[in-house]
Amino acid sequence: MLANLSARLCSLLLSLFLIAFALPAFAGPFEDAVAKFANDDYSDTEEAIGVVASSGNPLAFPIISALQDGRLMADPDSKKVYVTGADGKSIDAATGQSVASVPDSASAVRLNNRLRRSVDAAVGSLTLQSPDVGTRLQAAQSVFKSHEETALEAVNAALAKETNKSVKAALGDARAAILLFKSDATEVEKLEAVATLKARGDQEAMALLTGMGDQPASVTKAAASAIGSIQSSLAIWSTVQNAWYGLSLGSVLLLAAIGLAITFGVMGVINMAHGEMVMIGAYTTFVVQEVIRTRYPGLFDYSLLIAVPLAFLVAGAIGVLIERSIIRFLYGRPLETLLATWGLSLVLQQAVRTMFGPTNREVGNPSWMSGAFELGQITITYNRLWILCFTLAVFAILLAMLRYTALGLEMRAVTQNRRMAASMGIATSRVDALTFGLGSGIAGIAGVALSQIDNVSPNLGQSYIIDSFMVVVFGGVGNLWGTLVGAFTLGIANKFLEPVAGAVLGKIAILVLIILFIQKRPRGLFALKGRAVEA
Amino acid sequence: MTPHMLTRSLDRGATVFLLVVAALGVLIPLSNLLLPAGSFLQVPTYLVALWGKYVCYAILALAIDLIWGYCGILSLGHGAFFALGGYAMGMYLMRQIGTRGVYGNPILPDFMVFLNYSKLPWYWYGFDMFWFAALMVLVVPGLLAFCFGWLAFRSRVTGVYLSIITQAMTYALLLAFFRNDFGFGGNNGLTDFKDILGFNVQAEGTRAALFALSCLALILGFLICRAIVSSKLGKVLIAVRDAESRTRFLGYRVESYKLFVFTVSACMAGVAGALYVPQVGIINPSEFAPGNSIEAVIWVAVGGRGTLVGAALGAVVVNYAKTFFTSGMLAPYWLFMLGALFILVTLLLPKGIVGTFNAWWASSQEKRPAETTVSAAAEDGVSEPKMAEEAQ
Repeated sequence: MLANLSARLCSLLLSLFLIAFALPAFAGPFEDAVAKFANDDYSDTEEAIGVVASSGNPLAFPIISALQDGRLMADPDSKKVYVTGADGKSIDAATGQSVASVPDSASAVRLNNRLRRSVDAAVGSLTLQSPDVGTRLQAAQSVFKSHEETALEAVNAALAKETNKSVKAALGDARAAILLFKSDATEVEKLEAVATLKARGDQEAMALLTGMGDQPASVTKAAASAIGSIQSSLAIWSTVQNAWYGLSLGSVLLLAAIGLAITFGVMGVINMAHGEMVMIGAYTTFVVQEVIRTRYPGLFDYSLLIAVPLAFLVAGAIGVLIERSIIRFLYGRPLETLLATWGLSLVLQQAVRTMFGPTNREVGNPSWMSGAFELGQITITYNRLWILCFTLAVFAILLAMLRYTALGLEMRAVTQNRRMAASMGIATSRVDALTFGLGSGIAGIAGVALSQIDNVSPNLGQSYIIDSFMVVVFGGVGNLWGTLVGAFTLGIANKFLEPVAGAVLGKIAILVLIILFIQKRPRGLFALKGRAVEA
Repeated sequence: MTPHMLTRSLDRGATVFLLVVAALGVLIPLSNLLLPAGSFLQVPTYLVALWGKYVCYAILALAIDLIWGYCGILSLGHGAFFALGGYAMGMYLMRQIGTRGVYGNPILPDFMVFLNYSKLPWYWYGFDMFWFAALMVLVVPGLLAFCFGWLAFRSRVTGVYLSIITQAMTYALLLAFFRNDFGFGGNNGLTDFKDILGFNVQAEGTRAALFALSCLALILGFLICRAIVSSKLGKVLIAVRDAESRTRFLGYRVESYKLFVFTVSACMAGVAGALYVPQVGIINPSEFAPGNSIEAVIWVAVGGRGTLVGAALGAVVVNYAKTFFTSGMLAPYWLFMLGALFILVTLLLPKGIVGTFNAWWASSQEKRPAETTVSAAAEDGVSEPKMAEEAQ
């Protein structure tokens, strides 16, 4: 027991001894400079700031920022300097070791106005030259926002060293902002600054230009023209942004409605279970991805390519089954068809709920569908872009199919005059089943795409059914082009209404407008003319 | 509506129906109030409220049958009129809470205090008076139906298109009532009611009285519908249902007839909603959900379209089944059953329970071979309800 204690005492003494001798041995220019903060002399402090800021020591930033906030404590007796944190913990400024408490004799290092400017500049330059790109970019952006004259030198220095393109641009903007507000900058510098801000062309640049105060006449004039051009470019970009959102929404609407345009538009069958076909497509994607995840993880990026034909087959087969077992008995009774297919939609939803559970299922984005890219002032996500392309492709294929294949010809013949088509030897009931299967299959394909942007749950289909009917009715029944125009019109109108009226009110407004539109043109935008209308 | 028309309009089935509803309306409340609790014949209070709900649904079904069964207008938005009537009553009940709310504000309902309303929105004025609220129960749904119908029928929006835009209407209202700044309690709707005309809504006596009133409303609604469909006006409505263009060519202003019957039907749905809310104790935007309206249509289809009695019966039967199945271990299968009901009724029982019974009854009375009637009926599905008329 006693031996144990004495051994501990010995080791304690030894370590104290080592510390006492080791510290002076490591003292370098950095430590000397830190010690100068304790001299309570402005010129010594300035020298210390310069040395510490350019030392590259990881402690430099905490020390300078503590000095800025009055948290740097110096003890004139021991020449020790401490950084006190906001949380009450303190460290020794020279070594970085934490200390239990700062001695009572220590007081905050004093600053005067001249020193304060150099401290600010030092802080700016420390973060502007941080090894981390993100920190540098952030520092440049914060300098741009504060545009303090004192940071100019730091910005210039950083600009000279900077290699990263976006940080360099941000630094350039920051420099322009500083020069614009610097009272002794030359007119040429200021004009250059205005040009840089004009090129930046966003809301912040405009705010700087409008609030720049008294300037030489030429600069004011240049700024006024810059503001004008920024305003018009901002207006254009916001229109472009809305148009893009509208196209994106329109493509989703078109995708959801395009199958309905076949079953309702071409065949005249009110299929309230259409949304459930979309849902089945989405769940097919889920199953495909599950199989790939557990068996062939390498194929994940191809999961959607595999899911598209499968979803078409699954939903199409279910569609044919529905047509043969229910809908064919109800031709010519549209209201009954509506009720029966609504019942069917309840059954399908509940079946999926029983099989897959009521909660949302996770469907992942393949790598080529995630992420986004910047186009001017707007951000375009890859999944929305792909869905737009995919929708247009599906539309084109469907159109070509109806136009150029034998089945398409038969479909159109049966739609236009069933008895005549039957007389010509077309098996009308087979064509009915296939047409319904085609419409359902396309709904299934839509489900694959929608699984990428929406929650895959048993209620997925319900959220699209009313919109889909609106699109088909608005575009004009029996006309695929009408559906295309209808979907994009509604999508774009919705997105341009949203900033004005808000999301929900915008949607309500669209619904009311469609209801009113149908009063005016009960057969939609592109109505079929002739005898077929009354049939 | 002369007394002569009323008596003429009552056939045997209608008389039986009215007697049964009247008997239930008197006996159930009496048994609930007078017999000791736990006695074999005593109807527990929760059942009174539940059956009161069914009776309100039956009124809604009557309203739908009036336009769908007799005029061929399939409205998929009748739940909206029902809910609007309910909201009008709910607003009255909210104003009656007064200082007993959580925040104790004498004017503003709790949700408005919570949402920082400084004063009552203008459209809430007058709802502290029962007569005004009762008037609004008829006026608001009626006015909406009138405007909607005036636009739709004049531009000859018919059939499926009309169904789809009525669905869009109720969907738009659903979205609107979900908004907090719309001034109707948003998502949570109106609830926590205390008094109706000074009586506690939770009290047994009030519940029994509300049940009796619902039965009375059902009887009145039935008589009104019966009077309409058996008058000359009703014959024109049936003509519109079976051959709209032909009726128009004969010189009838089809849109006026449709507009009249659509508005009456919406008012009835509003009354049903107004009676529903105090018995259920809450009204929220989910009542506007398109699914609810479609479900109400299937009640009519099950009971028998174009028979009135069948509509009321269908509402009670389907809702009883819903209560029965969703409360037991069969709950996960209820949607399968409801879905199958939609499919099977439209495929196999297009005339519904009462329509099929009437057809069978008529054929057995006339000693005619049953096959001819059945095959004739099967050929034209849309004009099925003719059978009901012949049965009178």
